[in-house]
Amino acid sequence: MKFLSLLLAVVLFTTSCQESKKQPTETIPSNSIFNLTTQWHNQNGDSLHLNDLQGKTLVVVMIYTSCKTACPILVAKMKTIESKISRKEIDDVSLVLVSIDPEVDTPPHLKEFAKTNNMDARQWTFLTSTEAATQEFANVLAMKYKKISPIDFSHSNIISVFSPNGQLVSQEEGDIDIDKVVATVHETVKKNR
Amino acid sequence: MKKIKYNLCLVLMVMFFASCSKQGKHTKHEDAGANTNINKLKSISTDVKMAYIPGGEYKPFYGTDTSLVTVAPYLIDERAVTNQEFLEFLKENPQWRKSQVKRIYADTSYLGKWPSDLELPANALPDAPICQVSWFAAKAYAQSVGKRLPSLDEWEFVAMADEVSPNARKKPQYSATIISLYMEKERQYKAVMKSKPNYWGIYNLFDLIWEWTDDFNSILTTSDSRNSQYEDKNLFCAAGATSSTDVLNYAAYMRFALRTTLKANYTIANLGFRCAKDTTISKAN
Repeated sequence: MKFLSLLLAVVLFTTSCQESKKQPTETIPSNSIFNLTTQWHNQNGDSLHLNDLQGKTLVVVMIYTSCKTACPILVAKMKTIESKISRKEIDDVSLVLVSIDPEVDTPPHLKEFAKTNNMDARQWTFLTSTEAATQEFANVLAMKYKKISPIDFSHSNIISVFSPNGQLVSQEEGDIDIDKVVATVHETVKKNR
Repeated sequence: MKKIKYNLCLVLMVMFFASCSKQGKHTKHEDAGANTNINKLKSISTDVKMAYIPGGEYKPFYGTDTSLVTVAPYLIDERAVTNQEFLEFLKENPQWRKSQVKRIYADTSYLGKWPSDLELPANALPDAPICQVSWFAAKAYAQSVGKRLPSLDEWEFVAMADEVSPNARKKPQYSATIISLYMEKERQYKAVMKSKPNYWGIYNLFDLIWEWTDDFNSILTTSDSRNSQYEDKNLFCAAGATSSTDVLNYAAYMRFALRTTLKANYTIANLGFRCAKDTTISKAN
């Protein structure tokens, strides 16, 4: 009897072993943004890579904080989206604002912007990097932008939703339908729980 | 006997444990390695000649309404990167081979006609321009030879020239000639440098392929011209600041139209690239 239970234990261990093996072999999908190796800084000045955002459903927008035209609208839309996400699901979501103006949007500057706009809760992440990294990321999002003067950028208005493993789920461009984004976030969170 | 069995089980358990944790760690380590490799490009050498371009002011086809853009001096390859050169790059940089490239960097038709990772298509000339590579792949290649992709302005600056003058835009023949070159089919399979160079000594800007530029994504217009301007304004912040300044130049318009439809991981049968480089020389010798 003792022997049998031990055998059972061995079998159990091996199966549990196989299961735990699954996690590391479940590598980042080929089309995931977590394949990008660029280095970023968040609003707290922490250095990070995009794959540090792994594990949560991501709502991503690219903006620059000194923008007076479309970006405030985009930021407002991000806030509305955030407020419409169920509080039961908010811990599974990261709302990410990526700056296209790394020169001006330093981490302290982003921190200030976050505070002024009441976006300093845990679910908000502001990212800034080098111009090359920003360009690469914009290209991954198929977002167009151009510096039109030292203080102004012209850029496309896109809000993207990514699954917790960094795969693009949907993009809303132009007149962004907030409820559609919220619904997508809800579905993505549910699917990955 | 029982004791032996008991011990055996214990040993087995420990072994499984050990192998299990080892494997876990190992895989993780490999992942980290693969990730860092993407940025770590092995450099390769190339003997392509570069032309010195003094730069200057030029009027872009699309741009701010104040128009003139100053282009700083730069060096640009006299020809496009060839099949053979790209193959050499792949030999040293396996992460860019068609079987290994990440989808986020290149779509499924990347090097589509290549029968395998390091084999050119059967009828491909080694010195024909490489095509069906994404912007990311082109950028990585440029980095591996210590160069970069030309900016849109740099590319268009040398494209203003004909064989005898640096700016032939006002000549009626200029655009017509380019259009007729664009119309030719299967032109991308021909070898580079078989036609005449332009004023700057640069070959094949129009007669073989379309070319990636570093900032192709900076043209702010919708790809669908049927969209009204009003719709454009919702898509882009400050879109009013960019519009066409040279609508009569239909050849340039075609290039811009193509660029606006591209995404950085797209690969197209007649879209290749050449490299450029910064220069500290401000005057030609």
